[in-house]
Amino acid sequence: MKKTKILAAAAIATVIGGSILLAADHIDAPAVTGQATDITDVYAFKGANASSRVFVINTQGLLSPAATSTAKFDAGTLIQLNIDNNNDNVEDLVIQAIYDGTNMKFYGPAKPTATGLKSQLEGAVTATVAVTSYTATAPVTATGTNGMQVFAGPRDDPFFFDLNQFKKIIAGTASSFNNPGTDAFAGTNVMSVVMEVPVSLLNATSGKINVWATTKKKI
Amino acid sequence: MKKSFSILLIAGSALLLTVTSCKKDDNPAPAATVYYMGGDQMGRPAINTVFVDAAAKDSFNNALPTQMSGLFLAKFKARLAALNPGYTTNALGQTADQLTGLLVTDVLNVSATGTTTFFDGTNVLTGRTLSDDVIDVELILLFGGPDGKSNPGLTSDHVNANDKAFLATFPYMANPW
Repeated sequence: MKKTKILAAAAIATVIGGSILLAADHIDAPAVTGQATDITDVYAFKGANASSRVFVINTQGLLSPAATSTAKFDAGTLIQLNIDNNNDNVEDLVIQAIYDGTNMKFYGPAKPTATGLKSQLEGAVTATVAVTSYTATAPVTATGTNGMQVFAGPRDDPFFFDLNQFKKIIAGTASSFNNPGTDAFAGTNVMSVVMEVPVSLLNATSGKINVWATTKKKI
Repeated sequence: MKKSFSILLIAGSALLLTVTSCKKDDNPAPAATVYYMGGDQMGRPAINTVFVDAAAKDSFNNALPTQMSGLFLAKFKARLAALNPGYTTNALGQTADQLTGLLVTDVLNVSATGTTTFFDGTNVLTGRTLSDDVIDVELILLFGGPDGKSNPGLTSDHVNANDKAFLATFPYMANPW
C-alpha cells in the first residue's frame, strides 16, 4: 500500500517534471525556456566528406509532432557557431544563421568584428537555404559560395537519455538507473541548423578547434 | 554662383551613383548596425544541466568561455563532491580538480584532422557525433571510479541509441516525427 503511494507520487512527479525537463542543454536556460533562443544540443563531427566538419545546432527542444508542424525559427534570433582555432577559448571565427521569414541566411566563417557577448552580422551572406517544411519528404539543402553546405528545419531530436530516472536519482527518490531505460526524448523534434564546412575554412592550428553555440536576441 | 551650382551638380551625381550602386548591391550595408546579445550557450552536452544550480544557469549561459573557470570552478568542484562523495579518479585518471577544470570551460573540442567522437574507447573529446552515447560517457567519468566499474547502477542509463536511424548523407539527422 505504501509502495503504491510512493509509485503514485513518483508518477505525478514525472508528469510535473515533463514540462520542465532538463538534459543535454534542453531547457537549461530559465531566461529563454520556450523561446527560439533555447539551444538543446551541439554536435561537431566528420560527415561523409573527410575534409569537412559538420556542425549541428539544435534549438526549441521537446517539440511534439503537433507542435513541430507550427514551429518556426525567429527572425530576431541570431544562431551562432563560435570557433576557436588557436586554443585560447576566444572565437576567431563565427558562422551565423539568421531567419528572414522564408530562408535561413548564413554568414561566415568570418572573423568577428568584436568577440564576446554582443554580435553583429559579419560580412556578406555566404549561403542561403529555404527552411525545410515539417511535411517535406526530403530535406532541402544548399551549398554556399564558400563551399559550405547548409540545412535548416525540423528534425528528430538525435539526443537520447533516460532523463526522468536521472532526475529521480538526483532527487534521492531512486538509487540507480533502470535496465532498459526510457528515452525521454523519443518521439520529439527540434528545430535544427546544420552546416558542413570545408576544414580549409576553419584555419585550425595544431589540427583542432574548440566550438560552442550561442543564440542572441536582436537588441 | 556658378561654383555652388557645380558643387550641387557634383553632389547630385554622387547621390545618383550611390543610388545606382545600392540597387546593384544585394546586401546593402544597414544604416545602423544591428546587434544581438543574450540568450543561450552550449559546448559540451549536459554540463550546465549537471554542474550548475538553477539560480546560476542563466549567468553560466552568459559567461564567456574564458571567464567560466574563474566564475564557476569552485561550484563545479562542490557539485562533483555532492554527486559522488567517493570520487577519487576516473577512467581517464583525472582527479576531481582535473575533471572539473576540464569541464568548467564549456567548449566542445573537435579534431580537424582525425576521428571525431566524444569517446570511442580510444579517442577522447575529439568531437561529438550524433550516435555518441555522451550521457554514459559522462556518467562513467563521474561515477565509475578509476576502472569505470564503480557504482554500476549509475554508470549507464541503458538508453544506448536514438529512436530513429540517422542519414548517411547531409544533413545526417532523421526526418521529424
